[in-house]
Amino acid sequence: MPSLVAAAFEAPYLDYAALAPEIVLTGVLLAVLVVDLFVDEDRKAVVAQLAGVGLLASLLPVVFLAVDGDDRSMFSGAYVVDDFALVFKALFLVSGYVVLLMSTDHIEEGDYWKGEYSFLLLSSLLGMVVMSSARDLLTIFVALELLSIPAYMLAGWRKRDLRSNEAALKYYLLGVLSSAVMLYGMSLVFGATGTTVLEDIARELGGDASEPLVALGIFFIVVGFAFKVSAVPFHFWAPDTYEGAPLPVTAFLSVASKAAGFVALLELIFMGFFGQDNVWQPLFWVLAVLTMTVGNLVALRQTNIVRLLAYSSVAQAGYMLVPFAVGGSSDEAAGTAQTAVIVYLLIYAAMNLGAFAIVMTVARRTRSGEISSYGGLFTYAPGLTVLMTIFVFSLAGIPPFGGWFAKFYIFKSAVDAGTGWALALAVVAGVNSVIALFYYAGVAREMWMQPVPGDDRTPIRVPPALGAALGITAVAVMAIGVYPQAFARLGDLAQLAVR
Amino acid sequence: MYLNQFLFLAAFLFCVGVYGVLARKNAVLVLMSIELILNAVNINLVAFGLFRESVAGQVFALFVIAVAAAEVGVGLAIVILIYRNRHSIDLTEVDMMKG
Repeated sequence: MPSLVAAAFEAPYLDYAALAPEIVLTGVLLAVLVVDLFVDEDRKAVVAQLAGVGLLASLLPVVFLAVDGDDRSMFSGAYVVDDFALVFKALFLVSGYVVLLMSTDHIEEGDYWKGEYSFLLLSSLLGMVVMSSARDLLTIFVALELLSIPAYMLAGWRKRDLRSNEAALKYYLLGVLSSAVMLYGMSLVFGATGTTVLEDIARELGGDASEPLVALGIFFIVVGFAFKVSAVPFHFWAPDTYEGAPLPVTAFLSVASKAAGFVALLELIFMGFFGQDNVWQPLFWVLAVLTMTVGNLVALRQTNIVRLLAYSSVAQAGYMLVPFAVGGSSDEAAGTAQTAVIVYLLIYAAMNLGAFAIVMTVARRTRSGEISSYGGLFTYAPGLTVLMTIFVFSLAGIPPFGGWFAKFYIFKSAVDAGTGWALALAVVAGVNSVIALFYYAGVAREMWMQPVPGDDRTPIRVPPALGAALGITAVAVMAIGVYPQAFARLGDLAQLAVR
Repeated sequence: MYLNQFLFLAAFLFCVGVYGVLARKNAVLVLMSIELILNAVNINLVAFGLFRESVAGQVFALFVIAVAAAEVGVGLAIVILIYRNRHSIDLTEVDMMKG
């Protein structure tokens, strides 16, 4: 019987500067929970403001760490603060702030328990911030659960609304099933390598021909995360959950939660399993083709704007899976693939949050999610129409808005890889971009050319918080589209070292 | 060490769990099936941990147990919510929206 008696315990080295963003965020979310207890019901806005200021405060240490520039590693490589981690921490904190701005009025009018809402949102963000630094199977698992469990509750926030209940139930059951499947895969990988740290796993696995145990483990892990990023055929929860959940939560799930899934995939694939590309490359190839095609084709038939955005976000996940399917051939291809995914995630966050902010603003007046309710929007809300046009054309990938650059990088990664399979994938992605143009342009046509339904032309009032969210996202989309070099640089810096 | 026997038990539990999630209509039984999958994971982790002479396996299993408890807490809350609003926890009836 082998012995498990470990050596004498040594306290691990803790770099508090590297952990500062997490520490500040934890402090803020506890403060939010406590302050919420002592604030009167009519002054709950204070709690949301505290959460917002706290999010910006935890962004400060991220900026300082980025200026400092050193890579910091803790717990024998299980928790690393490098450029990759910092870029994604910043992305999560900023998009969390935008979601908080979008929530302020939505939760106040017609929803309840504002304090707890902010608390859960911050908890989920903490999970994402931890995820960007996790370089270990166990840490990735804990981060994934920390970001998912509050999100299940947020999806069911409207307790008496049957649709919201259904959204929460579907999201919960598939989320838990996917993390259980992923865990089974992790247990197999642990069995094959005897370690949970990604760096050591890469060393143990090397580029050798895969054992069946490892191949099965990687398969289950990828399937688990395919649920998380809503890749076809594991996407069926997404449209229902997006439609039933409160709108700001939908925006949060479709952007931040999806990005966290991709962050975990980047870490696992390019740090842990890179040598085993004969296992994961074909898997991602099939997922990417299915996700792009099914997402776009089903989006064509949607009449509800939220469901349209849900299927469009499925399709967008498909584009982001393309670099994974072509990144395994060489270290260079891996670098280009990572840059492509990182740049796409940053731009996608801005344009998708912006589109949801518009949907929320319009829904405040029309109380409807039907695309037909956008008819003639230009005649009574020209500003919103122009912004929405920018966001949908950016999602479609038309210059000079940010989205074209993201798409360009996806194609670049496929063409640079140069293999027949990669080029075939680039062709599929190209055809899909054309299909996508139809439904995105359909929304624009409705707003600019169709008559106003019911001829109700009262202007739409934009509350300041929602206006700020719109401003941030619109500026980001335009800035990326006009000065893409700065973002490409960010993507290059943030690559993980491939082993 | 009879590693194989543990792995077969875990694989069997995993299959039973996945079958249960797909076939059961009762939300509580689906939750229990998910627990079966998580226990398959735990058996794997502990067996491999002993086989590899690494405590990481057992520590991982402890984390899985703790997190699973939190997950089921939220899951039961959602099921109770559904029961209050519909007086039924039959999953086939929760179909207002069609994916």
